[in-house]
Amino acid sequence: MTAGLYAARARLNTRLMEKISPGGQVLTTDWVDNYPGFPEGVSGFELVDRMRKQAERFGLEIVRGEVTRLSREDDWILVHMTESTLRTRAVIVATGTIPVKLGIPGEIEYTGKGVSYCATCDGPFYRGVEVAVVGGGDTAVEEALYLTRFASKVHLFHRRDQLRATGILREAVTTHPKIQIHWSTVLTEIHADDRKLVRGVTHLDLKTGQTGQLPVEGVFLFVGQTPTTSFLQGFLELAPGGYVDTDLEMATVQPGVWAAGDVRSKVLRQIVTAAGDGATAAFNAEKYIETRFGYSHAPKTTGAPAGVAS
Amino acid sequence: MAGDNVLHVSDAEFDEMVLKSDIPVLVDFWAAWCGPCQAIAPTVEELAGEFVGRIRVAKMNVDENPKTPGKYGIRAIPTLIVFKGGQVAEQITGAVAKSQIVGALDKVL
Ligand SMILES: Cc1cc2nc3c(=O)[nH]c(=O)nc-3n(C[C@H](O)[C@H](O)[C@H](O)COP(=O)(O)OP(=O)(O)OC[C@H]3O[C@@H](n4cnc5c(N)ncnc54)[C@H](O)[C@@H]3O)c2cc1C
Repeated sequence: MTAGLYAARARLNTRLMEKISPGGQVLTTDWVDNYPGFPEGVSGFELVDRMRKQAERFGLEIVRGEVTRLSREDDWILVHMTESTLRTRAVIVATGTIPVKLGIPGEIEYTGKGVSYCATCDGPFYRGVEVAVVGGGDTAVEEALYLTRFASKVHLFHRRDQLRATGILREAVTTHPKIQIHWSTVLTEIHADDRKLVRGVTHLDLKTGQTGQLPVEGVFLFVGQTPTTSFLQGFLELAPGGYVDTDLEMATVQPGVWAAGDVRSKVLRQIVTAAGDGATAAFNAEKYIETRFGYSHAPKTTGAPAGVAS
Repeated sequence: MAGDNVLHVSDAEFDEMVLKSDIPVLVDFWAAWCGPCQAIAPTVEELAGEFVGRIRVAKMNVDENPKTPGKYGIRAIPTLIVFKGGQVAEQITGAVAKSQIVGALDKVL
């Protein structure tokens, strides 16, 4: 979205292609506490809404559609979508990540029936019951804390014996009266009743080898994210794990193609870093279009950056 | 805001408006506090226009209407269910691309 804002403000003819709704993962975030400019924090939904309005003020055109493939035709890049194809001079890939699946029995079958990847969306369905959270990073810990508003008890399962989450979150979660942490313990199966509603989990203690069962009604999985890059296969060589490598200017190895946000190989995946990447990518795309093709900042030039999502 | 083609249905009206409908009904279970629900709302509205006369499109607020979501075991929103002849024909959880919803609708038609 930030790439779109900068590119549109630079008066490039810019289109943002989004398959679901602009805003991405931020829409699933209840409260954003670490984006600068909001001293009290801001809801994910409001932050997205503000970014979108700001970008649209500069003329960003948001198109709903899924990009299925990119290809090259001389100095043009073709953005293939389900129903149409766009010819453009520059593309910024900002397709982010999606949650990793745990891969245990019951997970896929009972998604939406007790298995969830979004506490903000589904937390309120678990008033007064026990739930399980799996993971040890910031997201898992934040969501475990959020779920204490509804659940009678939150079981946090972590496969290691210490949390990866930042200090302030670690402290909050280890001292919270409603949260019980199961160290070095993994889930091996999710059980449901005959209505296919989750009723419990089987867990395995990696140190002692002991298994046990817990009667939870919700299982929230936050075991990492994986980049949305399958549409780039055959066009861009991807880094291990499927991320897109760029240089410090956000350029990929394909001329005319930049990447920004969580989809990139980098250390810190946050809204503020994604926005920073987006600005850098759009700035460089603009310079590239200007020097390489001689388009000046005239609006409505054909072929300008197409910020692929966010 | 729902467009003209989208009905708002309550627990009390569910039987009459959804289960007894002569054409399939897509019900979008949502709540005000759910970001992804806002995300797919425009898609649902578009579909109501595109499938008008063939599929009825309804929205149910799960906060105001706890009974129906309970009956169908809904524990995640947005959940989209296509009812055909009073039965669950298709079910989709989470904000998904429009093409996936269209696929589900095409299947029941
Ligand atoms: C639960 C949770 C809580 C978080 N909390 C915080 C927080 O408090 N503070 C913070 O700074 N960060 C937080 N983050 C991280 C933050 O959300 C991400 O760093 C940020 O959203 C990355 O933005 P992005 O634009 O790179 O990717 P995304 O937000 O993932 O957006 C990618 C977009 O691309 C679209 N897309 C993907 N493929 C295609 C395609 N082929 N065609 C068209 N569109 C496509 C997707 O639909 C999506 O909208 C949180 C993440 C999660 C999951």
